Amino acid sequence: MVALLGVLGAWAVVSYGNRALGVMAPALLPTPGEVLAVFADTMRDGSLPRHVGTSLARVAVGFGLAAVAALGLGLFAALCVPVRLMLEPIIEFVRPIPPLAFLPLFLVWFGLGEASKVAFIGYTTFFPMFIAIAAAVMRVDTTLLRAAASLGADRVDLIRRVIVPAALPGIIVALRLGFALALFVIVGAEFMGADAGLGNLIMEGRTFFVPAQIVMGALLLGLLGSLVNVLLLATERRLFRWREAGAAS
Amino acid sequence: MLLSSVSEMMEWGVRGAPSTRPAALRWRVSSLLAFVALWSAAGGLVEATRPFNPLFLPAPWVVIGALLELARKGQLWMHVAATLQRVAVGFTLGAVLALTLGLLAGQIRAVRNVVEPVIELLRPIPPLAVLPLFIVWVGIGEASKVGFITYATFFPMFITTVHGVTQIDGRLLRAAQSLGARPRHLFLRVILPAALPDVLTGLRLGVALSFFVIVISEFVGAESGLGYLINDGRNFFLVPQMLGAAMLLGLLGYAGNGLVRALERRVLRWQHPR
Amino acid sequence: MKIDVRGLSRTFVAAGRETPALLGVDLEVAEHEFVCLLGPSGCGKSTLLNIVAGFLRPSTGEVRVGGRPVTGPGADRGVVFQEYVLFPWLTVAGNVEFGLQLKGTPAAERRAVVARYLELVGLAAHAEKFPVQLSGGMKQRVAIARALANNPEIILMDEPFGALDAQTREVLQDELGRIQRVEHKTVLFVTHSIREAVYLADRTVVMTSAPGRIKQIFTIKLPEIRDRFAPEFTHYESEITRVVKEEVAKVHE
Repeated sequence: MVALLGVLGAWAVVSYGNRALGVMAPALLPTPGEVLAVFADTMRDGSLPRHVGTSLARVAVGFGLAAVAALGLGLFAALCVPVRLMLEPIIEFVRPIPPLAFLPLFLVWFGLGEASKVAFIGYTTFFPMFIAIAAAVMRVDTTLLRAAASLGADRVDLIRRVIVPAALPGIIVALRLGFALALFVIVGAEFMGADAGLGNLIMEGRTFFVPAQIVMGALLLGLLGSLVNVLLLATERRLFRWREAGAAS
Repeated sequence: MLLSSVSEMMEWGVRGAPSTRPAALRWRVSSLLAFVALWSAAGGLVEATRPFNPLFLPAPWVVIGALLELARKGQLWMHVAATLQRVAVGFTLGAVLALTLGLLAGQIRAVRNVVEPVIELLRPIPPLAVLPLFIVWVGIGEASKVGFITYATFFPMFITTVHGVTQIDGRLLRAAQSLGARPRHLFLRVILPAALPDVLTGLRLGVALSFFVIVISEFVGAESGLGYLINDGRNFFLVPQMLGAAMLLGLLGYAGNGLVRALERRVLRWQHPR
Repeated sequence: MKIDVRGLSRTFVAAGRETPALLGVDLEVAEHEFVCLLGPSGCGKSTLLNIVAGFLRPSTGEVRVGGRPVTGPGADRGVVFQEYVLFPWLTVAGNVEFGLQLKGTPAAERRAVVARYLELVGLAAHAEKFPVQLSGGMKQRVAIARALANNPEIILMDEPFGALDAQTREVLQDELGRIQRVEHKTVLFVTHSIREAVYLADRTVVMTSAPGRIKQIFTIKLPEIRDRFAPEFTHYESEITRVVKEEVAKVHE
């Protein structure tokens, strides 16, 4: 907390000092006050909530679709050697290509509307989540399976009552990382061919030469990301109470 | 059934019985062939029947053809070189900064206390969000692209370096000291080697991240580079060019990763002798 | 039910090399009998247990339980592992009733069975705790309750007290003896400890070092409730120790 104030203080000193001493063009180094002003303005006219909502909606839908696919396919691939061997070369081929490199392709294929952004987010988040989920499922301790089988579990029982609960923590981590990746990438996707969204807002700051808008958008994104992360971690901790030593019964 | 059976899971776990080498090879190769075949078939079909402009789904040979065409005109190498140059310089700068600051911060608490809050504040912000700021400050030239890569790659490499240093078992240091090591020795002969695995992992992340972010900065305000090629293709729906450049990028990223991995294997031979 | 092992062999293949773990083992365990498998590291006693449990398939030979050949794991052969292997996401009660839930036993009956077996192992007060909150000894008792609650004919135990300290170990041996006098299961028990084998077993099978064969079988003619310091007890101990030491020496050659 102290550190945060320190950084804010340093920023204030540098930017206001710059105004006073005229080292750089004042517009280039926005002060905290200016950034707050942009925030207030865009809140007041309703544009900020609209932009944030648009970005979040795209992330939610794209991520949601990718998560469902990654869960289904991940579980299947973990249990099936031939599927794994078949997918492996394709994944190795596609994985090194930075997802953003396909963004213009998505724009060409799906146009400039929502579909291209959602499809792009879905594509970007699917592979890492799929790989991580398959890995989490494959990591399930074999002795847990043996214990359940010697209590009478058949394959369906094993999957439903042992593999899924045992892999769940790892699966949730995979989903959390996927979501973070989606937030990471949505900005870039909204730089080009979008008329709404935080990324678009930030790009406007460049087009109309209002750096304060860029800084505001960036800080807001950081805040949003942290908030979501904290929420997800708290949910994780609640869900997996059984992992905590000395948990309340 | 294809799914691992109960008895297979008893012996091998969820993943099932390992495939024999020849069988595994057969699955992998046939999958690759099927992928290429499907792609070619789809592309060929679109060309023949033309439900939409065949440019939207080019067959593999069209993509390669586009790349070869660019190579023939001498343009391909120019773009590849531009991208590689930016990545190389940006990554190196980021790595040097991250390693120096990281090694310092890892050992000296005071440095850590000053630097970490700034890092914690900036880390949640997706670097991409800051790209326009770089452009505003430094313009559209090489400097902003290189600077952006440096900025983006700095954080993960810094954090892994600090982690590499701070996670060193204190007993290793005490053992060295009781053998007569002075601070200089401690740093060169204990801290550096012990932190190296984490540092190299960070470098690998940095390389991947460099390729990840160079694309977007070459979309926005560039006249050269593979990213530029991809985005420029949008204007005339040059999908073969876009796909080809993307694949090339993947290849370069793969090669970069491979380089770091090779370095890891040499330098970290003590982790897996044989 | 009795266990019938005939001509059992198991070879492990790793990195192109073949390691025989078991070679031609013949063994019969009578109903209600408590048999210990004893031997040096690598003698294949755990492998033998795993094959009887149905976790591994034999390379040659077969195992019959109650006359029927073993093709995989099942609820007729309960297992207690050295590492407890409780389901961490379930409470103690949840773990104990796991097998009953699989069978579709109605909730009221499940609760009654769980209560009975938790009482038997002395953990009735901890039914709603999670495994992560329990000590090693407590976890192992839950594992035993879980196996018993499923009412298998046969219980297989793979060095169940190996991860516990010496005191807890002896306490649990006493408890197991007490439980067996009540439940009368057919038990196959793998252990490192000669003392443990003499304390618990009706018969003790000493195995050779790898590749594992049966070296000698001792019938322990001691009263049901055994005194660890009685001269007869010590006599068996020293006899078996002598035989085991021969095999241990071979391992360290």
